[in-house]
Amino acid sequence: MSKLGTLSAKLHRGEVGYDFVKNRKIWYGISVLITITAVVGLVVRGLNMGIEFQGGAVFTTPKHMTTTVSQAETYAEDASGHDAIVQKLGDGSLRIQIAGIDTDKSDQIKEALSKDLKVDPERINADLVGPSWGEQIANKAWEGLAIFMILVVIYLAIAFEWRMALAALVALIHDITITTGIYALVGFEVTPGTVIGLLTILGYSLYDTVVVFDSLKEQTKGITKQTRWTYSDVANQSINGTLMRSINTTVVALLPVAGLLFIGGGLLGAGMLNDISLSLFVGLAAGAYSSIFIATPLVADLKEREPQMKALRKRVLAKRAQAAQGTPEDPAPGRAAGPDEPEDAAPAVVGPRDQSASRGRGRGRTSGKRR
Amino acid sequence: MAAPKKGRSAGAQSKPWRSLVLILIAIVALTGGMFASGNTTPRLGIDLAGGTSITLRAVPERGQESAINKANMDTAVSIMERRVNGLGVSEAEVQTQGNDNIIVNIPKGTNSQQAREQVGTTAKLYFRPVLATDISGVAATPSPGTSASASPSSSPSGKAGDDNGTSGGEKATSTGSATPSATGSPQGRAVTDGLKADATPSAGSTASGSPKASASPSASATAGSDSGGDVPAALQAQYATLDCTKKDVRATAGKGVKPSEPTVACGQNSQGQWQKYILGPAAVDGTDVKKAQAVFNTQTAAGWTVTMEFTSKGAKKFADITGKLAQNTTPQNQFAIVLDGNVVSDPYVSQALTGGNAEITGRFSQEEAQSLANMLSYGALPLTFREDSVTTVTAALGSDQLRAGLIAGAIGLALVVVYLLVFYKGLSVIAIPSLLVSAILTYTIMSLLGPAIGFALNLPAVCGAIVAIGITADSFIVFFERIRDGIREGRSLRPAVERAWPRARRTILVSDFVSFLAAAVLFVVTVGKVQGFAFTLGLTTLLDVVVVFLFTKPLMTILARRKFFAQGHKWSGLDPKSLGAKPPLRRTRRPSGPAAGPVETKEA
Repeated sequence: MSKLGTLSAKLHRGEVGYDFVKNRKIWYGISVLITITAVVGLVVRGLNMGIEFQGGAVFTTPKHMTTTVSQAETYAEDASGHDAIVQKLGDGSLRIQIAGIDTDKSDQIKEALSKDLKVDPERINADLVGPSWGEQIANKAWEGLAIFMILVVIYLAIAFEWRMALAALVALIHDITITTGIYALVGFEVTPGTVIGLLTILGYSLYDTVVVFDSLKEQTKGITKQTRWTYSDVANQSINGTLMRSINTTVVALLPVAGLLFIGGGLLGAGMLNDISLSLFVGLAAGAYSSIFIATPLVADLKEREPQMKALRKRVLAKRAQAAQGTPEDPAPGRAAGPDEPEDAAPAVVGPRDQSASRGRGRGRTSGKRR
Repeated sequence: MAAPKKGRSAGAQSKPWRSLVLILIAIVALTGGMFASGNTTPRLGIDLAGGTSITLRAVPERGQESAINKANMDTAVSIMERRVNGLGVSEAEVQTQGNDNIIVNIPKGTNSQQAREQVGTTAKLYFRPVLATDISGVAATPSPGTSASASPSSSPSGKAGDDNGTSGGEKATSTGSATPSATGSPQGRAVTDGLKADATPSAGSTASGSPKASASPSASATAGSDSGGDVPAALQAQYATLDCTKKDVRATAGKGVKPSEPTVACGQNSQGQWQKYILGPAAVDGTDVKKAQAVFNTQTAAGWTVTMEFTSKGAKKFADITGKLAQNTTPQNQFAIVLDGNVVSDPYVSQALTGGNAEITGRFSQEEAQSLANMLSYGALPLTFREDSVTTVTAALGSDQLRAGLIAGAIGLALVVVYLLVFYKGLSVIAIPSLLVSAILTYTIMSLLGPAIGFALNLPAVCGAIVAIGITADSFIVFFERIRDGIREGRSLRPAVERAWPRARRTILVSDFVSFLAAAVLFVVTVGKVQGFAFTLGLTTLLDVVVVFLFTKPLMTILARRKFFAQGHKWSGLDPKSLGAKPPLRRTRRPSGPAAGPVETKEA
């Protein structure tokens, strides 16, 4: 079996045991690097703002135009007196963008264009945008973003705890920075559709993070009452435990978006569908990454600073050192439903232990000991 | 921790059929409602159906930022609705969005340019003296009698004695307090002095004495000089052929006429008959109205009336014109309130109204009074509207986009189904119908929301629905993974399901809440396209919870009793062996037990 096949089989069995928390420094580093690149890209290259943000007009002609791009460009520039950008779309229609014209002037331009291109003016799609419209959309989006962040932090602080809220917020900002950075670096056009996609990432990125946190919260209940696992261990187990789900969710979320991207890019050439799905695609990938590699290790980091957790860590380490000297004991105590326990007893012995243990089995440290 | 939850879930387990029946009833009811109401498809937005969508933004006058409030915006919307629908566009919709935006959606098949011009320009409200009026269309021919009466006698206007006033066509037969209009103009409504104390009496008194304010007389002078002291012949002819019962005639009557020139116009009287007018030059501007409101007059038993308050400049002009009009006989003692070329009211005046306040009485219903007050106050709105975006989508592109959206959705759904089949094998029997139920509910609710709250499916909304496939599928994944965890821990299926549910339920609720929060914030804060997206996302998130609770979970409970799943058939997606469950516990399960042993040893 190929390596990938083994991995997927392991994933399927819930056996993957990568120590995300232990190696967090690497991931932090990578993220910081990506974020810096993104910020540099934003500062140096800036975003390629679409016509909606500058004000102007976009005319789309019917399909199967015979006019060449350069010809249409000349027509458009003659008609408007401004620079025009003309694209030929997949279905043979022309997309003519003219920046910086007023909405009331555009009617004349449309008339002139329809005459030059020999198309009925009623068959030309026009998108006229005043100079402040895009700005308004963007401002409202920022406003929404701010309100959402505040609400979500409050909610997470109540439902979980402030550390998780903080970590989720960091992950969220991380995702958005990366996505916008990629837009700046690649030079994709930013349109209201992009903004929509970006805003959706908010929900999605957190959605993913929240699922990991939920499992983490569940498993760390009563963590101080045992001496086997440190908080970081449990956090790691949570990530591994929800890894299958995270991957499945991300794939399942990306599949329809991929469909959108394919159709939006392939059939329509450009437009709302394409813009939304592109930013979603980038953002979803970043979101899945951040909830696994950034958010949870960050919570573990923050948690480990608590005196209680410090004490726990000490106890755990002491116990491990002791165990290493003495007889190796079964490293998976969570499997209380051990070999000789009858099956029906299992539901009664529920609790955080069992699950963590089943995850723990795969982890390098424990399994290493066992081997 | 497990105990109480287990108890709860046991309750749910016992009645899985009940939930299934419940959701079935819901589906049948929604589908039935959809067919019964005749809305079998969701209402399509402009970008999918074709048409023009205009976003206007209210810009307050300097120092009047508080003018952007709900009342003012509603007034503006109702006026705009009137204007657009006056074009013969019956389905144009005008609505506010956010704080300061007005969206005008004009479906395809109408002259989008004309509509844009209508919406883009600010409303023009004028008070013009009536020179002649007649019921239109009834006799189909212009009534010569009326126009004759309108023709001038050129007698100098008595009171004002102003040379401009002489030619105005206002007959100076100062029969001030006559009770006219009974026959000539059935809709005549009296304007009396505001019953309230006069706010600015000085304005009135100076006005009556001083030479005429510029607005009215100068214009009438033009009229006079052009055609020998009366209404121009061209206008007479226009008036003669004017048939106000025709919609397109009404729409064009008096268009493009400067306020300083006389014009023809149409209006509907209280009997619902169309009436045509020759109107003198505008005497008072809409902007001269400071405030107008509908009040129920309890003191004079006049019923619903509309009170107007003028600005100091307006009060002067109004006193002037009413002073002049009051001396005329009907119909020339009437002034017409003209909104966008249409006469919305034509009250008669019996005396000069000098107080800066006026009251229009008549047999108004509350609604009529309200609507008249609205129109009057529109002119007073300290707002102008700027076109922020205009999108014209041809029907061809609209249907292309719709098709593309549907194909994208179908591909997305198919990919998800394939993925579920591969990874969850037999469990797809639960997942796929759950997705279908979700899809049916979404579709029917969207269809019903069209007429109910004016929901229109636009392209971003389609995107939202497609993205939501992921969110919905995720809920099943969370649940299934929890069950699999249970099986890996060595439980048999039924306990695993019942134990997995409370935990999965919490995860689903928490994550859906976050998703819903995002949608809700977006919906409230943003405008336009983003809002449509947020709406679908929120709706589908809610439906996701409903489907998981009422469909997926009960179905899982029922199917867990089936041998195929309970015994962990290879294709059930719950095969303990392939999930890597711990062997000792499985010893009781004969089929998979022996085979699993070696695998496990290899792993450990």
